[in-house]
Amino acid sequence: MAVVARDSEPGAAAGASRPAAASRLMASMAGLDWLAKIWWTCLSISLFAGLWELCWALGWADEKLLPPPHIFLSNIAEQGRYFNTATRWQVGQSMTEGPSAFESVLITGAATTARVFVGLILASVLAIGVGVLVRYYRFFDRLVLPTITLLSPVSPIAWLPVAIFLFGIGNAPAIFMVVVALFFHMVLATINQIDTVNTNLINVARTMGASKAQIYARVIVPAILPGMLQVLRMNLFGAWMVVLVAESTGVGYGMGQVIMLARNTFNPSLVFFTIAVIGVLGFTFDWLLRLAQRRILYWLPDTAERLRVL
Amino acid sequence: MSSEGAPHFSSRDAVVCRGVGKTWAAGTKRAHNALTDIDLDVAPGEFVVFLGPSGCGKSTLLYLIAGLEDATEGQLWSFGDLVETPSPQRSLIFQETSLFPWLTVWENVSFGLSIRGASKEERRTVAAEALQRVGLKAAMDKRPDELSGGMRQRVAVARALAMRPKVLLMDEPFAALDVQTRARMQDFLLDVWRDSGASVLFVTHHIDEAVALADRVVVFTSRPGRIKTIVPIDMPRPRNLFSREAETLRIQLTDLLRDEVDRAFAEQEALTATA
Ligand SMILES: Nc1ncnc2c1ncn2[C@@H]1O[C@H](COP(=O)(O)OP(=O)(O)O)[C@@H](O)[C@H]1O
Ligand SMILES: [Mg+2]
Repeated sequence: MAVVARDSEPGAAAGASRPAAASRLMASMAGLDWLAKIWWTCLSISLFAGLWELCWALGWADEKLLPPPHIFLSNIAEQGRYFNTATRWQVGQSMTEGPSAFESVLITGAATTARVFVGLILASVLAIGVGVLVRYYRFFDRLVLPTITLLSPVSPIAWLPVAIFLFGIGNAPAIFMVVVALFFHMVLATINQIDTVNTNLINVARTMGASKAQIYARVIVPAILPGMLQVLRMNLFGAWMVVLVAESTGVGYGMGQVIMLARNTFNPSLVFFTIAVIGVLGFTFDWLLRLAQRRILYWLPDTAERLRVL
Repeated sequence: MSSEGAPHFSSRDAVVCRGVGKTWAAGTKRAHNALTDIDLDVAPGEFVVFLGPSGCGKSTLLYLIAGLEDATEGQLWSFGDLVETPSPQRSLIFQETSLFPWLTVWENVSFGLSIRGASKEERRTVAAEALQRVGLKAAMDKRPDELSGGMRQRVAVARALAMRPKVLLMDEPFAALDVQTRARMQDFLLDVWRDSGASVLFVTHHIDEAVALADRVVVFTSRPGRIKTIVPIDMPRPRNLFSREAETLRIQLTDLLRDEVDRAFAEQEALTATA
């Protein structure tokens, strides 16, 4: 998307060469910029937490139902016992043995994160592969696209029984859920990205004698990369949501299972604690992906500042 | 179209068009005749400018000559060969920058060589040479978005030159540039053209540009595009664009073009009136 938008900008060709000066300025401010970002993130979260605490202080929020942050974060040791129950609740093992509460939270968080990560990678590779094949081979397009379009509106929830039938419990069904929730949309997104690649770029390669395979490998794939990473980031949160559903319905252990446990034992503190952990994990994941995006797409200017001048 | 087998046209002209026409979306409801009945011969090393109101099919003709689209009527030859596919002999340069944003300047310039599997040293040497010719050797390792619009178009010219084309096809290459930059780019292009010995087919809707550049100006009618007249310009180069001769040409071309623009407007009005 980004590439296409940039190329069709009528002023782009005529624009003066400001990037050099701008990037020097950015470099000198980079240190401050970073601090400022952390400051605003903290402020944003504090404001939200503060409002919640205020509601509690005024007696509007019942601490049995909506315990404010200082309550659900205060007894991590207590909450931690509910994490990583797979090892803790084994027969013949005492509740007090095994990893500490903190370690348990880490282990469970890592398990869920790993599923999201693996699912996301698998879904992206499969979807980009299939999307490119659909455009590359006409017959593949006719053969496969109708089914993909048919399946893409199906809610991930509907795939849950299939995941269980096919994979039982453990990592596999949770990963399957993530893949199946993202795959179909990402195939359609890939095709859309390919269709919007600037024709001039393709024609330049054609006049230079590039074969169809070369045009795909050296023009189309790099040209759709920015858009695809954007799609990936959009789908990251979708992956997080689906993995929780998969875990909470018994196809595995993890953050989703803890939420379900909290629900069944009526433990609001645990619910909010888990939500906080998921939030932090998702936030970190998105941040890492943004870093990777900037690394991989070195040639794209930062467009976030465009609307600031308004 | 070209099912008659071996090409039966033996002229060594850089470009030969015989009865060429193009109907977009032929055979559908949206069929649209953009270009018809084009007969044109371009000599090797000649500078030909296509002038016409916008939408008259100038770009379409350039695409047909490049081999990027198939003609629906007639046939085209280049140096005696039937034009059927794109060829590195005929390089195309577009209005908007068409540099690959993920490649550096020198990688862009040597893209055609990398397609052929040339080694890195060879590619860098050829790129350096081509960039030298457009005066941008110092910018070799920059990225396209670090360059101004004029510089990017010069890189695009260098990329075309690196293929050692015999025909340079340019589709309003300087239209997005400001007036001063455009004048400089025209001088620059004339230098490049003289050095390379290639034929240039240059699309514009600017009369000044046509007078500054062309050996011959091909004036198009609008909808469907036909050749209205061909105006030869035999002013010596470098040209004095303020001379009486240049002024006379400008007036002549303006008159020719105004008829067509008027006709196009009248047609559009008639269309909206019936709709
Ligand atoms: N790829 C295309 N598909 C369908 N119609 C096209 C295409 N390219 C151009 N046309 C049509 O052909 C006509 C001539 O276009 P073009 O050659 O771009 O004109 P010019 O370059 O003289 O402005 C226009 O009416 C345009 O809408
Ligand atoms: Mg055009």
